[in-house]
Amino acid sequence: MDWNLFLQLLVNGLIVGALYGVVAMCFVLIYKASQVVNFAQGEFVLIGAWVCWFFLTKYQIPFIWGFLMTLVFMVIFGILIQVVVLRPMIGEPVISVIMVTIGLSIVFQALMKWAFGVFAQPFPPIFERESVAVFGLEVRTVYLVSLVVSVGIMAGFAYFFKATRMGLAMRATAFDQQVAQSLGISIRSVFAMAWAISAAVSAVAGVVVGVVNGVSSALSFIGIKVFPAVILGGLDSIVGGVLGGVIIGVLENMAHFVDSQWLHWGNLIEVVPFWVLIVILMIKPYGLFGTRDIERV
Amino acid sequence: MASPGFRPCGDFKSDYASDTRIFDTAASRWFCLAGVLLLCLLPIISETSGIELKYELSLLIQIGYLGIAALGLNILVGFTGQISIGHAAFFGFGAFASPFLNNKFGIPVFFSIPLAGLMATAVGMLFGIPAARLKGLYLAIATLAAQFILQDFFGRADWFSGGTHGAPAAPFTIFGFAFDTDATFFYVVLAYVVALYLAAANLMRTRDGRALVAVRDHYLSAEMMGINLTKYRTMSFGISSFYAGIGGALYGHYLGFVSVEGFTILFSIQFLGMIIIGGLGSIMGSLMGTAFMVLLPEVMDALTGLLAGTSIDRALGLKENLSYLREVAIGVTIILFLVFEPDGLAHRWRQVKAYWKLYPFSY
Repeated sequence: MDWNLFLQLLVNGLIVGALYGVVAMCFVLIYKASQVVNFAQGEFVLIGAWVCWFFLTKYQIPFIWGFLMTLVFMVIFGILIQVVVLRPMIGEPVISVIMVTIGLSIVFQALMKWAFGVFAQPFPPIFERESVAVFGLEVRTVYLVSLVVSVGIMAGFAYFFKATRMGLAMRATAFDQQVAQSLGISIRSVFAMAWAISAAVSAVAGVVVGVVNGVSSALSFIGIKVFPAVILGGLDSIVGGVLGGVIIGVLENMAHFVDSQWLHWGNLIEVVPFWVLIVILMIKPYGLFGTRDIERV
Repeated sequence: MASPGFRPCGDFKSDYASDTRIFDTAASRWFCLAGVLLLCLLPIISETSGIELKYELSLLIQIGYLGIAALGLNILVGFTGQISIGHAAFFGFGAFASPFLNNKFGIPVFFSIPLAGLMATAVGMLFGIPAARLKGLYLAIATLAAQFILQDFFGRADWFSGGTHGAPAAPFTIFGFAFDTDATFFYVVLAYVVALYLAAANLMRTRDGRALVAVRDHYLSAEMMGINLTKYRTMSFGISSFYAGIGGALYGHYLGFVSVEGFTILFSIQFLGMIIIGGLGSIMGSLMGTAFMVLLPEVMDALTGLLAGTSIDRALGLKENLSYLREVAIGVTIILFLVFEPDGLAHRWRQVKAYWKLYPFSY
């Protein structure tokens, strides 16, 4: 047993898991507010990363400004998508809404490949030191920063939902749209807000992953990996999303460890989350924290 | 007794038999038969008259086998109301299973295609087990998992699919006669299309078929009326995978070689696109949607051909990015249909028929 590799993978798993958790939170946010399953979440991540990369490399803007501009862009983008494409879909059957987001994801995926090519593009270096030693382990700075950013976002979400008026309105909307509306909450602005926050926060995740691995279309796969995470945590639980993300991230890396030490199957890391997904759906379909629909027949 | 006239004189049906008839009038039945016969003549025309129809035939064959799989998905999504995002994986399973049976066990292709359908059914039902407990969204995500697990399986299982190398598929033969050209294989696909579409149309007239629709329309009422939800949900998964498996097997034997790369999630989404464009819950719609989806890239090709050399072409690089352009077209078409024509082409066709029936009145 290679303890060093084990620890390395464990840390990797935690950090990647935290990122999954962030994207899962964005996914849950949209689902809770507007009952839309956003299959284009991965493309939000991708677009955020590409836009930031574009600002940084084409216009040589300092990272912090480029990053802020990306966030602004994503907020506008999220609202625009919501208004143009998703608003006509309100009240349509589940399949239509799912298909619209799937359609969006294909379009953006192809457009991004068209505009930026299929090869991974590295971000310009952002941190002065490549890696720092933590408890004798070499950890890349960007990983540490991403962990801090993820935890920060999670704390921000928690504060937003518990302590702000808009967060309260959002929770009310998630609970019952019609009642919320009749009590004077503007559902429109809640929906728009949910999409805007979701797009912007996804972009943060995208930039972080982009800084680590370079930006390429493969990045949007994080949007697919989010499904096991949210199902494990419960589709409509923000905490569940975070926890599910971390569990899936660790699990995936542990599978990689088992694979590299004993099994030698190859890409176990890719499929394990989906096996887990199937198992959870069979034994605990509403996840760890999901609302259980009680149906008496 | 179908009414003898050219068009029905209204909905004056007095018994169930006439209500569930596939063809409303004798004319429409003859029209359909004539259409199939005309299609049968197509390869002969292309062989004898010297008009080159090879490309058109290959497009029709594509529409055929994809149409079969799309019909399967429509039974699952359109009739039973369950969403599947893993249809391409079941299609791929059929495509591998038939050559597998043929190569490993020497089962003739004639039998291995339906057997591949049955194997796909088994796999589909396996992944449909969550359907016993879940509905809607959760199920959609379960099929997403099926997509990735099966895709991984194809790449890994050397004994089944030839692993990363892919698998060779022998041509379809009966009594030593090989259907190995487009002109001959066309008949095989046509036979399967006619048989399976008729089977689906008939399924919808049986108790089981109506139960599926009841599950879609209101599962609670359906259960109260004594419909076993678990049974019918899993069953619709089975039927849908059977159709996918047959379609996939035909695809495999048509190409002569099956490789792992083809059965991606984009392909699954294309299947969903076909049934949405055609019309959810419409049997003929599945075929129309498939035709639309198969012809869409051709239209894109023609468009780029038209724009070649112009400033738009130079600015966007249409020629080099044709594959992305096609993907964009697929996505945009799906979105536009959902927003503007959610009932699909089948609905348009019904409107044409209604216009014809009610003329000179508009309603």
